[in-house]
Amino acid sequence: MIINHPLLGPRDAQEFTYLGDANLLNRPNPDAPDAAERFYEYLYLRDNPAGLHRELWYHEQGDRSWLVVTRNTLTHEITKVELARDVARAAQAAGESA
Amino acid sequence: MRYSGFRVIWEALTGHKGWTPAWRDPAPQSDYDIIIVGGGGHGLATAYYLAKEFQQARIAVLEKGWIGGGNVGRNTTIVRSNYMLPGNEPFYEFSMKLWEGLEQDFNYNAMVSQRGVLNLYHTDAQRDAYTRRGNAMRLYGVDAELLGRDQVRAMYPFLNFDNARFPIKGGLLQRRGGTVRHDAVAWGYARGADQRGVDIIQNCEVTGFRITDGRIAGVETSRGYIGAKKVGVAVAGASSRVMAHAGMRLPIESHVLQAFVSEGLKPLIDGVITYGAGHFYVSQSDKGGLVFGGDIDGYNSYAQRGNLPVVEDVCEGGMSLMPNIGRARLLRMWGGIMDMSMDGSPIIDRTDVDGLYFNGGWCYGGFKATPASGYCFAHLLARDTPHPTATAYRFDRFRKGLMIDEKGMGAQPNLH
Repeated sequence: MIINHPLLGPRDAQEFTYLGDANLLNRPNPDAPDAAERFYEYLYLRDNPAGLHRELWYHEQGDRSWLVVTRNTLTHEITKVELARDVARAAQAAGESA
Repeated sequence: MRYSGFRVIWEALTGHKGWTPAWRDPAPQSDYDIIIVGGGGHGLATAYYLAKEFQQARIAVLEKGWIGGGNVGRNTTIVRSNYMLPGNEPFYEFSMKLWEGLEQDFNYNAMVSQRGVLNLYHTDAQRDAYTRRGNAMRLYGVDAELLGRDQVRAMYPFLNFDNARFPIKGGLLQRRGGTVRHDAVAWGYARGADQRGVDIIQNCEVTGFRITDGRIAGVETSRGYIGAKKVGVAVAGASSRVMAHAGMRLPIESHVLQAFVSEGLKPLIDGVITYGAGHFYVSQSDKGGLVFGGDIDGYNSYAQRGNLPVVEDVCEGGMSLMPNIGRARLLRMWGGIMDMSMDGSPIIDRTDVDGLYFNGGWCYGGFKATPASGYCFAHLLARDTPHPTATAYRFDRFRKGLMIDEKGMGAQPNLH
């Protein structure tokens, strides 16, 4: 697989390590009254879709940036690559993060 | 029809005209007492034990494609019970005991071969860990032998004992472990279940569950609606997709694991060897091919095929363990989809829907568990209580912090 890095261009997926579903960016508020339940869901439950999947890749052998890659889990085709920083900031601006 | 040596000779003398199909191809009835979703090893074993050991009737197995076409036909055929933790070891030993009597039990040649599973160790720390695991196994009455370097050398003189970085210092041997002809396991269970009245319905994909007042009423399928009092789902690899029809999110990610077979070679490896310094395990099939595998690719996938970097990684592991395979050619490679659960251990449990039961999360260790998984799932379906060896495999262990972290890595690729 080739990941088209937004800053560095096309890079071999071997340079990256994989973390998982991009929902891991949306960390629950630890002070919320139902924090235990929400952290259980955050830590352990997954949508695990067959099809388009937004996921976190870390460019360990490169510029050490975190990326949000949109990839089809049925074909391994990558359709979108964003900097995780931009995704997180956009979510924060939109008030989505907990 | 009962298979026997006499039957083979009789058929040979009479032109093989007396063989009948090993199982029927029935049309689905309008409703069943118990429906098993998934005609793989675990689903077929569940149906078999439900009919045979728990005297249940009116059972159907629904399979999306053809039976045995998923992971039971895609694994590296290894069976063993060399686990350590209390939640695991009794279960896998129960499975091992079922393997030992399986062929007589279901009257089918599954080529169960207890040729020994040897886990190599390469450091003093690893030796200590294996000593501990071997002792834990023996406390449960399971055979385990810690071998020194000379004993391993006597078994497999061709291994790379003096590798500068990972010298082989010995191994933990379970002699009762070995290999089983994987397809025959599915076929044997299918035939045994069919003989006891189970309807095995192929090309019948479950597309939804009908749930009324929190209780299962039946399943929607590509061949119409089928009513059921109880539904058991055993579709490892597609668990999240199927259970999403019931509105459930699972503690599971689907990952692809590749396996490989070399061209046929003369007899070289008479047991199963696992490399302790990399992720590589190998045995030799009766046709002579080296059957081996390694790590998961490490990203969510439903593609049933992997990528080349892992092929290279697995072959490097093989070469560093046994350099003499360097000139052997790779014949085939393939991928299977694993239910990677968050702690690396399976789930056999009820769900929030009355009458809907779940069996999955087998990671890459489901094949060896096939008989016990079927037996314990049948126990749960028939009696509504977990089998004594499978009480730890619950959904709520993640919520309660009671993980069974045999290796403590689950779906997290960078921990493998």
